[in-house]
Amino acid sequence: MRTSRALLWTALGLGLAVIYFPLVVVLLNSFNADTTFGFPPTRFTLEWWSRATSNEGALHALWTSVQAGLAATAIALVLGTMAAFALQRYRFFGRNPVSLLIILPIALPGIVTGIALNNAFRTILGIDLGLLTAIIAHATFCIVVVFNNVVARLRRMGGNLEEASMDLGATGFTTFRLVTFPMLRSALLAGGLLAFALSFDEIIVTTFTLGTGMETLPIWIYNNLFRPNQAPVVNVVAAVLVVASTVPVYLAQRLSGDTASGGRL
Amino acid sequence: MTAVSAFFYRKPKLRLGFLLSAPLLWLGLAYLGALAALFVTAFWHTDAFTGQVVVEWSLDNFKTLFTDAVYRTITFRTVGIAALVTVIDAVVAFPMAYAMAKLASPRAQRILVIAVMTPLWASYLVKAYAWRSMLSGNGALSWLSPGYGVTATIITLSYLWLPYMILPIYAGLDRLPDSLVDASGDLGARSLRTFRSVILPLTFPAIVAGSIFTFSLSLGDYIAVKIVGGTSQMLGNVVYDNIGAANNLPFAATVATVPVVIMLVYLAAVRRTGALDNL
Repeated sequence: MRTSRALLWTALGLGLAVIYFPLVVVLLNSFNADTTFGFPPTRFTLEWWSRATSNEGALHALWTSVQAGLAATAIALVLGTMAAFALQRYRFFGRNPVSLLIILPIALPGIVTGIALNNAFRTILGIDLGLLTAIIAHATFCIVVVFNNVVARLRRMGGNLEEASMDLGATGFTTFRLVTFPMLRSALLAGGLLAFALSFDEIIVTTFTLGTGMETLPIWIYNNLFRPNQAPVVNVVAAVLVVASTVPVYLAQRLSGDTASGGRL
Repeated sequence: MTAVSAFFYRKPKLRLGFLLSAPLLWLGLAYLGALAALFVTAFWHTDAFTGQVVVEWSLDNFKTLFTDAVYRTITFRTVGIAALVTVIDAVVAFPMAYAMAKLASPRAQRILVIAVMTPLWASYLVKAYAWRSMLSGNGALSWLSPGYGVTATIITLSYLWLPYMILPIYAGLDRLPDSLVDASGDLGARSLRTFRSVILPLTFPAIVAGSIFTFSLSLGDYIAVKIVGGTSQMLGNVVYDNIGAANNLPFAATVATVPVVIMLVYLAAVRRTGALDNL
């Protein structure tokens, strides 16, 4: 029994080490004075970081990413919350297909979602790709994140307090404003943060739905990945992405311990 | 305001309809509509001279897909890689999830969940890129793979999707009562027997839930393949190349139906295990 416990702990330790090793390599490398990706680095410098902060392409891409992320998150918050209320509070015909439909955009491979929307926009609807089409695509797969967070919270809080509020004479709107919404707030914030992080990191769907000549941060990295003279700046942007995407996850987990995965699954 | 509120309160069906309307319009019409349109486009073709999509129904694209040896090889390779990645992740994730759920203290559990979850959200591209450099000729882990190719792809994809397997299995094991494991031990079962007869059957739906993600994400990947795959392609690359360079959207649509059909069959097959409730 003792050996099996030790083995399991070792497996966990090794697994986490493997998970974190590449991320540490990326972080270290952004300070690497050599321009080639070597491990472990021999000399360190802050030069790439200062160069990255004045790199127009990267900054422009960052701004596009933020716009897309904020807009997609806003849409996902509204639609995800509505769907969560409908599926958690009501039993109706077709409930299971509807919940499957919400999962589908992330359960199907990203390339399928990407090409389906690309085809719908260009061939069927005749809309030119731009920032708007990317936002629509991002919102589609962000809904599930908000949905999962809100559903978990609704399940945990039950309906007693709302009923009490109604018994005391409050209308539906008042109850929502003074009772339901305050209890949901942290779940909404967590869902919103995670939806933003998901949008911020998405590359496959973005490739197919963002207009030509536009770049989000992941697409900027991808476009510069194989250009040797850009390597140091790419390393810095990569390091920023690693750190930036971990913050919302940490915050979201602190805000709501509702779901183990943060609602992405 | 009060009148509207009271009206809605008396009509739960109306409230439900209101709540469902927008999400269903978005996902049902826009997303399912797009998927349906994709399937329809798969039966069209492009004009050889102008490159424009020609609305003419034929099974030619599917015929090419099934009879051309290149595409058959790529399909089998893709499904094989996805299956292997799923198995590797399940084998690696289970002991990790078990230590988290059954051995760690409640405080350590919270920290470990965050520790596993955080890299899940760290940039996909950056992680794939890191593996490219680690597997390169003078990289730290170059001994793992002979250059870039199928092996490097499997390693990288297994790494990328591992947290997607750990978290559902962790959640499944967390729900498994300790008393069942203890009872099995009290009845004389050794560790392996308890694992095989008690733990595995009860956590199987969670493993399947994790496999949906590892399998689906591998099926559709083309970026990691481009970064570490060398010359060996997967279905995603064929789709991508036909949209971009070849400008043959109908054929890309045809190829994209393959992972969709595989996933839908897979989802239908695992429905009965209750895996979908574990998502």
